[in-house]
Amino acid sequence: MAAEAAVQTVDRPQTASDDGLTLSDVRDLLEGEFCWVSDPSLRVKEIGAADLMSDVLALSRPGMLLLTGLNNAQAVRTAAIADLAGIVFVRGKRPSEEVLALAREKGIPVMTTAFTMFQAAGRLYVAMRGG
Amino acid sequence: MGGPADTEFSRAYEIRGRDFANAGRASTHIKDLLKGMGVRPEIVRRVAIASYEAEMNVVMYAARGRLTLRMTPAAVAIEVDDEGPGIPDIELAMQEGYSTATHEMREMGFGAGMGLPNIKRNSDEFTISSVVGRGTQLRIGVHVG
Repeated sequence: MAAEAAVQTVDRPQTASDDGLTLSDVRDLLEGEFCWVSDPSLRVKEIGAADLMSDVLALSRPGMLLLTGLNNAQAVRTAAIADLAGIVFVRGKRPSEEVLALAREKGIPVMTTAFTMFQAAGRLYVAMRGG
Repeated sequence: MGGPADTEFSRAYEIRGRDFANAGRASTHIKDLLKGMGVRPEIVRRVAIASYEAEMNVVMYAARGRLTLRMTPAAVAIEVDDEGPGIPDIELAMQEGYSTATHEMREMGFGAGMGLPNIKRNSDEFTISSVVGRGTQLRIGVHVG
C-alpha cells in the first residue's frame, strides 16, 4: 500500500514545463523529505547537480536548486553565496545539526532523498521537460 | 578601482588556515553587508563568489590570511594577503583544472583547479602576486556602476 501511495505522488505537475517545480513537487518526485524549509511552494525553474562547489559557483544562476552528495557546511555556504533556491542531498545523506543550523540561519531550504544523484537528476529532468 | 584614499568603507577579516568549519563565513558576511547597503544583486553575487573562492584558497593552502573588503565610489574591492607557501607558477595556477589540492580539500567540494579562474571571471580588475615560501596577495575589483 505504501508503494502505491508513493507512485501516486510522483504524478507530473501539470504546469511543470512552464512554471518549473515547487519544492514540494521536488520532494514528492524524489520521494524525499524536508530537513528544513520555510516555503514549500517556492518554485524552481533550474536544477543542477554537482559535488564540486567551484563548478556550482562558476556555472549556476540565481534561483537554481542544487542536487549534491556533499553534505557539509560548504554546500550551504555555496548555496547562500550563489543565491541558490535550495539543496537536495542525495543517496540518503543528511546534514549534521551544525549544517542544518547554518541552512536555517541562511534561509536555504534543505531536503534529502534516497535516490542517487543520477536517479534524482533523471526524475527531475523528465518532470522539468514535461515528459 | 580607487586607492585607499577613496575608501568609503572597509572591513577586514582574519582567516585561519585549515579552519574548514568557518570557511566562507567572511564572504557570507560580506555578502550580507553589501546587500544591506543596497548594492545591486548581480554585483553582490560576483563579489561574494570571488571572495568565497579566495577565502577557500586561504583556508586550504595558507597558515593564515587577511581578507579586506574596501568600498570606493566606483568599485567593491576584495584584497587578500596570506602567509603561506606561495604560488611558484601563477600562469599555471590560473589554468582551469590545474590543482595542487589534497584529497581532504576535494572532499570539501573545492580544490579542482577552478578557484583562481572563477575569481578572475567574476572580477573587473584582478591582480595576483606571490612569493614562494612567504605568501600570496590578491586584489580584485568589481565595478559598481
